Amino acid sequence: MEQRLTVSSSPHIRSKDSVNSIMRDVVIALTPATAFGIYKFGMNAFMVVAVAIIAAMVTEAAIQKMRGVPVTVTDWSAALTGLLLAMNVPASAPWWIPVIGSVFAIAIVKQAFGGLGHNFMNPALAARAMLMASWPVRMTAWVKPGLPAVGPDAVSTATPLAMLKDSYAFDVSAAVSSSSLQAPGLMDVLVGNVAGCIGEVSAVLLILGGLYLIWRKVISWRIPTIYIGTVAILTFILGGFDINLVLYHLFAGGLMLGAFFMATDYASSPINPRGQMYFALGCGLLTTVIRFYGGYPEGVSYSILLMNVAAPLIEKYSSPRVFGGAK
Amino acid sequence: MGLLSFIGGIHPPHAKKASEKKAILKAIEPKIVRIPLRQHIGAPCDPAVKKGDYVKVGQEIGSVSSFVCAPIHSSVSGTVIDVKKVDVLGGQELCVIIESDGKNDLHESVQPKGELDSLEPKRIIEIIRDSGIVGMGGAGFPTHVKLSPPPEKAIETVILNGAECEPYLTADHRLMLESPEKIVFGLKAIMKAVGVEKGYIGIENNKPDAIEAMKVAAKGENGIEVVGLHTKYPQGAEKQLIYACTKREVPSGGLPMDAGAVVNNVATAAAVSDAIQLGMPSVERICTVTGSGIVDAQNLLIKVGTELSEIVEQCGGYKGTPGKVILGGPMMGIATHTDKIPSTKTTSGVLVFTPEEAKLPETVNCIKCGKCVEICPAFLQPAALSAYSLKGMYEQAEKINALDCIECGSCSFVCPSKRPLLHSIRVGKREVLAARRRSK
Repeated sequence: MEQRLTVSSSPHIRSKDSVNSIMRDVVIALTPATAFGIYKFGMNAFMVVAVAIIAAMVTEAAIQKMRGVPVTVTDWSAALTGLLLAMNVPASAPWWIPVIGSVFAIAIVKQAFGGLGHNFMNPALAARAMLMASWPVRMTAWVKPGLPAVGPDAVSTATPLAMLKDSYAFDVSAAVSSSSLQAPGLMDVLVGNVAGCIGEVSAVLLILGGLYLIWRKVISWRIPTIYIGTVAILTFILGGFDINLVLYHLFAGGLMLGAFFMATDYASSPINPRGQMYFALGCGLLTTVIRFYGGYPEGVSYSILLMNVAAPLIEKYSSPRVFGGAK
Repeated sequence: MGLLSFIGGIHPPHAKKASEKKAILKAIEPKIVRIPLRQHIGAPCDPAVKKGDYVKVGQEIGSVSSFVCAPIHSSVSGTVIDVKKVDVLGGQELCVIIESDGKNDLHESVQPKGELDSLEPKRIIEIIRDSGIVGMGGAGFPTHVKLSPPPEKAIETVILNGAECEPYLTADHRLMLESPEKIVFGLKAIMKAVGVEKGYIGIENNKPDAIEAMKVAAKGENGIEVVGLHTKYPQGAEKQLIYACTKREVPSGGLPMDAGAVVNNVATAAAVSDAIQLGMPSVERICTVTGSGIVDAQNLLIKVGTELSEIVEQCGGYKGTPGKVILGGPMMGIATHTDKIPSTKTTSGVLVFTPEEAKLPETVNCIKCGKCVEICPAFLQPAALSAYSLKGMYEQAEKINALDCIECGSCSFVCPSKRPLLHSIRVGKREVLAARRRSK
């Protein structure tokens, strides 16, 4: 036979989407918010982002070499984990914080469990939780935006949610009009003129990035909508029906970053549409409960991590109804 | 116009431009035909002729051996030079090999069967069976079996599938444009055969001219409705088409008749029309020869038993080295290792890929993106089914409804990790069925 024809099982055509293109899209979606963080917090923020990404990629390559599996460091997945981690640390962090964080995220949370797609928690968030537990002071060394994050010119401050919770018992107007604390107004909160992690401050750019991902069909509307919606409704009820408080809670903390980019992590959220809804509902419940009744002013990362470990169970009980099956 | 549709599905590139404007051409007469004695789902036929016999067009050369079986007829007139096993798609099959004398003399049995009004339902089904008509969409299930539901199943609708949701293929499209009246006649005959008042012809809206042509042909016919369908794969899958037209779901594990419907391809309806009006059994079909590995894409009327390489030759041959030759469409068609095999009643397309297109993608880990779950038209969890199958956990695969998979291939298509989801699910299904047979 002079010609050799390929014989394979159908289908014979595949979509253009790939792991690369998906991960790259998420990185693209995060770029504006990251750039804004660097613009607001200065060169140290840039250093943190760069170091986190490089450390994540080097760790991925090294471990894959050790495991004797193909090195897939160019698939954007490790770079994305590094970027997400950097977005979740304060701009004032020393260089070793993102290094330890990225190594932990990739080596322990991702590769130790089998690599791409096998992490049972969001690697960046798990690393953030580890850093918070190990270096709580460094991880909460918030600085005022618009000034250098380190050095003599840096001015430390509290995050808007912390101000609101600790000093004003969730009274937004009192916090904003206070002369001693100078809590940022709603507009500053929306744009990102506030203290916080590098990547969480600009709510508006994060929403834009999230919408880009929904438009590109990388994520579905379900998790972000239900997560944010649950927080909004619960905050409205628990906060005494104050719409300002709701807006403050939606845009001031890490909710937009968490709802669009962290809770939607494929591997650590349920695969079934219905499961994703339960998952997002749980995230919203836990976030609000932690914010109102917990010891921390912010609850996004822990609530997502808690729901991550519940995801397999949710998945088990959220199988779709088969076509033609009982309704 | 409100478009009907199903839930789930994908949007592969249509790729129909190359052939959709090409009128159907009669293929060049084959000198030798090799006609397989099984071109349908079911038992193979017994040869009705032997070496040295002279046969005519339309003469029965393979007779039925059981109920789920369809007779085989000669597509040429000439001499039987052998009856033996030769290569066909996917293996070897007993074939009647006939050397054509080029005269195409018709067999005496090829006679019009009379007016539709004068034919009893039972007689129509008989004609369909004797004409060897099988599902021409590609599955090849004997049509008379579909039209003979047990008496307790109440059939309410006949649906003709003109969706042609497979990319590349345009054979049904051309048929609807060029012979819409045959399709309407066939539908009326099928409706009469199963005794229903309501018939649908479902066509995807990327073929507005076909919708128009069918509407004109069906004008004034009572109970026949031409419906536009949303262009989405697998719109033409039986259960999905029934849902689109009637909003009824075929029960899990059930057949279309359980939802009160009988579904046939438009090409099958046209074959029914030929069988009744001309008396011509199923001996030829329209086939789209296309793909970037073909010089000149065509819609050809091909005699059953023609060698694929001859068909390719008539379309200008291969453009460069062919990488993959697929019988049928790119989503559900079957790749062949050689073009030295005969066409059959179900060869709806010959699709040729270049070596570049034929390259198998590199597979990486499942990232649990959930796209397969989101688009599965059977509402299954392909990622989980595939994982169970690959690990040999067939009982678990059965529990999450492996057997409800319609093998449309949408999951493999969307998978960003390029995992062969359908391939592994098929393995799982086969094992589940084997286990069921063992336990009986």
